Amino acid sequence: MLLLAAQSPHDAIPDVALGKRIFASQCAVCHGEGGTGGRGPALTHAKLAKAPDEESLRKAIAQGIPPEMPGAWQLSVREVASVAKYVQGLGTVLPEKLPGDARRGAQVFGAKGCGGCHLVDGVGTARGPELTAIGAKRNGAHLRTSVIAPASHLPEDYLMLEVTTAAGRTVRGVRAAEDPFSVQLRDAGGALHSFRKGELKQWRHLAGESSMPSFAKQLSAGELEDLVAYLAGLRGNQ
Amino acid sequence: MKHPVAVLFLAGAALQAQVPYERIVNGHKEPGNWLTYSGNYAGHRYSGLPELTPANVGNLRVKWAYQFDLNRVETSPIVDGGVMYISAPNKAAALDTKTGRAIWNWERPIPADYQSIGFGRVNRGPAILDDKLYVATLDCYLVALDLKTGQQRWAAKVEDYKPGYSMTLAPLAIKGKVLVGVSGGEAGIRGFVDAYDAATGKRVWRFYAIPGPGEPGNETWAGDSWKTGGASTWVTGAYDPELNIVYWGIGNPGPDWNGDSRKGDNLYTCSFVALDGETGKLKWHFQFTPHDTHDWDATHVPLLVDTEVRGRMRKLIVNPNRNAFYYALDRTSGEFLAGQAYAKQTWAKGLDDKGRPILIPGMEPSEEGVLVWPSLNGATVWFSPSYSPQTKLVYVATREVGSTYFKREAQYKPGTFFAGGGETRIPEKEQWGAIRALEVASGKLAWEFRLVSPPWSGILSTAGGLVFSGSNEGNIFALDAKTGKPLWDFQGGGAVMANPISFAIEGKQHVAVAAGRTLYVFGQ
Repeated sequence: MLLLAAQSPHDAIPDVALGKRIFASQCAVCHGEGGTGGRGPALTHAKLAKAPDEESLRKAIAQGIPPEMPGAWQLSVREVASVAKYVQGLGTVLPEKLPGDARRGAQVFGAKGCGGCHLVDGVGTARGPELTAIGAKRNGAHLRTSVIAPASHLPEDYLMLEVTTAAGRTVRGVRAAEDPFSVQLRDAGGALHSFRKGELKQWRHLAGESSMPSFAKQLSAGELEDLVAYLAGLRGNQ
Repeated sequence: MKHPVAVLFLAGAALQAQVPYERIVNGHKEPGNWLTYSGNYAGHRYSGLPELTPANVGNLRVKWAYQFDLNRVETSPIVDGGVMYISAPNKAAALDTKTGRAIWNWERPIPADYQSIGFGRVNRGPAILDDKLYVATLDCYLVALDLKTGQQRWAAKVEDYKPGYSMTLAPLAIKGKVLVGVSGGEAGIRGFVDAYDAATGKRVWRFYAIPGPGEPGNETWAGDSWKTGGASTWVTGAYDPELNIVYWGIGNPGPDWNGDSRKGDNLYTCSFVALDGETGKLKWHFQFTPHDTHDWDATHVPLLVDTEVRGRMRKLIVNPNRNAFYYALDRTSGEFLAGQAYAKQTWAKGLDDKGRPILIPGMEPSEEGVLVWPSLNGATVWFSPSYSPQTKLVYVATREVGSTYFKREAQYKPGTFFAGGGETRIPEKEQWGAIRALEVASGKLAWEFRLVSPPWSGILSTAGGLVFSGSNEGNIFALDAKTGKPLWDFQGGGAVMANPISFAIEGKQHVAVAAGRTLYVFGQ
């Protein structure tokens, strides 16, 4: 009976709500509630490095990823598929209907010089965050706010710094790396600066600051919506 | 007819137990070796070598390095007679300290169906006694190896790994016995501390960290919850040879974040226990976190310190705990003497006069989530603190992280997670850490050295007035033991998730610690 039941087509249909429940009780221990990471890696990415598609994700859940991640041998095929479906949704914003026109938005992107700081599909200047797959990570509302008030939605690893050298020179920029003894940052021109903290007069984290200006006054309401639609459509390299 | 060579050989074997117990007890007389996990039985991770000082530590250079074929090295080496003994999951090796070259290697296959439930595949170090090296394996065997060749003398099955028992700790070798504890606190195990005959591998005693029916303390578990209550014992304990008492830290109760099925204090989880070294019988216990629901194991190396408290010499056991409070107890009785928070915590108003936390209501995990400091990894965790008898300071790598704790259903199935929830940590940018120096009798902060992220490294203090530790960013560094001033650092290229040691090579002081997959040995 059990074998027959397991083979019925219904049992292969994943149930995201079930997947969420199983994830919370079995997976969140390491991957964090909502897959935000912990002992194990964060799963809130559009594509997971070790399980980039649904099939490999199901396999990873069922068999584990040696040496650290145990396999969930206790789960049924349907339960595994359900967890996979839930995990896939964690890092991916589903396409949504937006009022703007993406093609016009691409022109706005070019005209306003966004490529002077952002890379899209390998084109542009790699200074700020890459936008090639930004639409799979951020929804329209988030993107709209980011264009108008960039500091309100800073990426997790983004931090501005200001250092003052022993000679009194001040350098501001985006943190490239920091440890207890040294700090590396890129200034507005993209130049890398590396300092030993012990040799500085001071260094400050400028939490909540962004090097990107607000585009609120440079865009009409229509241009903003078009730009948002364009960004939302950027869903990654093929 | 007796063969003269055989007679000689036998006589030699009897005389030449390389590391008799007495040498470990008197280890302070030979600081050039490192004979037990924490350097001494008192858990101090303190080196009596005075050569490296604030004035010359800047001269430290890499003398040699050893690369493991795994990404995370947590081993704390043993050093004796010009040989360094190291371990990895189901592996051990002996290295020539002059050159770093491996003299022998030992490996035991990890069964294909073995799973680490709730922790990494790591090993924290070997133990040495007489003519053997002792290694605890992931698949829950205690193995004795010949010191000279690495060949196996015996292997004792400690428990069945399939329901979730495992071992990652360095064994503790005392007189004639080798002690181990188990991992598996997220898999519904029933934890214990075991002692094995060092010569034969026969089990001498077992102390169950959860009392069985009819035993005192079993009433602190609702229903049958004691059977799957966790209480792992996964970090090496300390030992007082004069009192012949073993001190061991006990892990969290299970399911971790859902305490509904295990109403009560859940003894002896989140406690220190004092065990008779001869029999394993409980002398006393002290519970830091009664009915824990935040995974705050008390699996720490206890620090045994004799010092004056309020005008009277006391035999103390002290501990900066995962729950963010520092505790000083009398180690003959378990009496609470002093305690205070040493890191940010939002779950207790303080400690009462018996050392029991005065809870702030509403800080237990919930369906919607509750933000609490510290995170489930605690204000500190398995990596070793250090005590310097020179400065009378306790050094602890401290994690400043808060988490939103969630409560979920938990159903026990052997060999699977029995956790009942999880956490979401505050954003990485808001997390930080520090090396803190605390006054031994009170836990009062003497100084701190700030780290950019919450550390995973243990601490070594030395007679030259130095404190060594590491960072997640790969820095291996030395601070002034009195002030915390940074004096030397080296970029090791991988996170430091290991305990440093110090020893001598041909009479010169060296320091060893792992970063990433590499064990570094530094000297002048």
